[in-house]
Amino acid sequence: MCSYITEKTAIYGSAKGADGWSSVSSAQVYFDHPYHAALDHALSIDFMTADATRKIAVEMSAESARALVASILAALESGEEAHG
Amino acid sequence: MSYRGMVADIVSFKGFHGDTGEAYYARPAGKGPFPGVVLIHHMPGWDDWSMEATRKLAHHGFAAIAPHLYFRHGPGTPDDLAAKARAAGGASDAEVVGDVKGAMEFLRAQPEGNGKVGVIGFCSGGRHTFLAACQLEGVNAAVNCWGGNVVVDDAAQLSPLRPVAPIDLTEGLKAPLLGLFGNDDKNPSPEHVNKLEAKLKSLGKNYEFHRYDGAGHGFFAAERTNYRVEQANDGWQKTYAFFHKHLG
Repeated sequence: MCSYITEKTAIYGSAKGADGWSSVSSAQVYFDHPYHAALDHALSIDFMTADATRKIAVEMSAESARALVASILAALESGEEAHG
Repeated sequence: MSYRGMVADIVSFKGFHGDTGEAYYARPAGKGPFPGVVLIHHMPGWDDWSMEATRKLAHHGFAAIAPHLYFRHGPGTPDDLAAKARAAGGASDAEVVGDVKGAMEFLRAQPEGNGKVGVIGFCSGGRHTFLAACQLEGVNAAVNCWGGNVVVDDAAQLSPLRPVAPIDLTEGLKAPLLGLFGNDDKNPSPEHVNKLEAKLKSLGKNYEFHRYDGAGHGFFAAERTNYRVEQANDGWQKTYAFFHKHLG
């Protein structure tokens, strides 16, 4: 079923789309039917600018999403340790 | 009977609150008269598959229109507008039903139309189809393809945008209803379909449900892993026959 459940989080950073770099201020994350990926359901992340325009979109399998979460946490841990 | 020649284009229609939106309109070549069908896309938006399904209906003799339910968030690509709509909590039920009403009026104003109009929708669009058929005058037939959340398990799921469980509006249903469901679906689950069927039966409504073994959610989508060729082919045939019977 199409899901209206969307997790939103404020972020500070930038994203590069087809028109170059710009600031992004939020991400909306949801597990729903994808627009493009050949999956029944996909973990989707929209990185949004302050005026709620989507800058970057990704859709991936649940397995990929969990691996990505682990990679982000591992990179943060090792990077923060390396940079003191 | 199938129609090999076809005309398909983007058109304008007047939706909820008189807002002007765009829609994809496909109909067989020729003068008609052709029965009309409004196709309601699912939550991810006015995508290629929705347009393909609209053309499929035209190929089988219907003047079919798929309104872009997120046009108010434009301009932008359909998928980006779906993201904007999602950020806003999704289109409200009142807005979608109003847009379906506008699309029905568009069809009835076309010289090639025969004056009859059906509604079909998939997933959240199946839910919207049920809502439209319960709330609008002039729906001559409705096809709910695996619409979830018609039965609301937890009242906390209701919101100002979606304030009523559609099943609670069943009394208002005037059109014959065809329902297509996969028995492996989780929303609507077979239990949800049972509840909806019991409600329809208790109110003496004209309905026809088909439940497919070996199919889950969205089994018409040929580009997705949930596609089930035999069940999808059968579902499409039942859809054409149902619409021709009630709209012809």
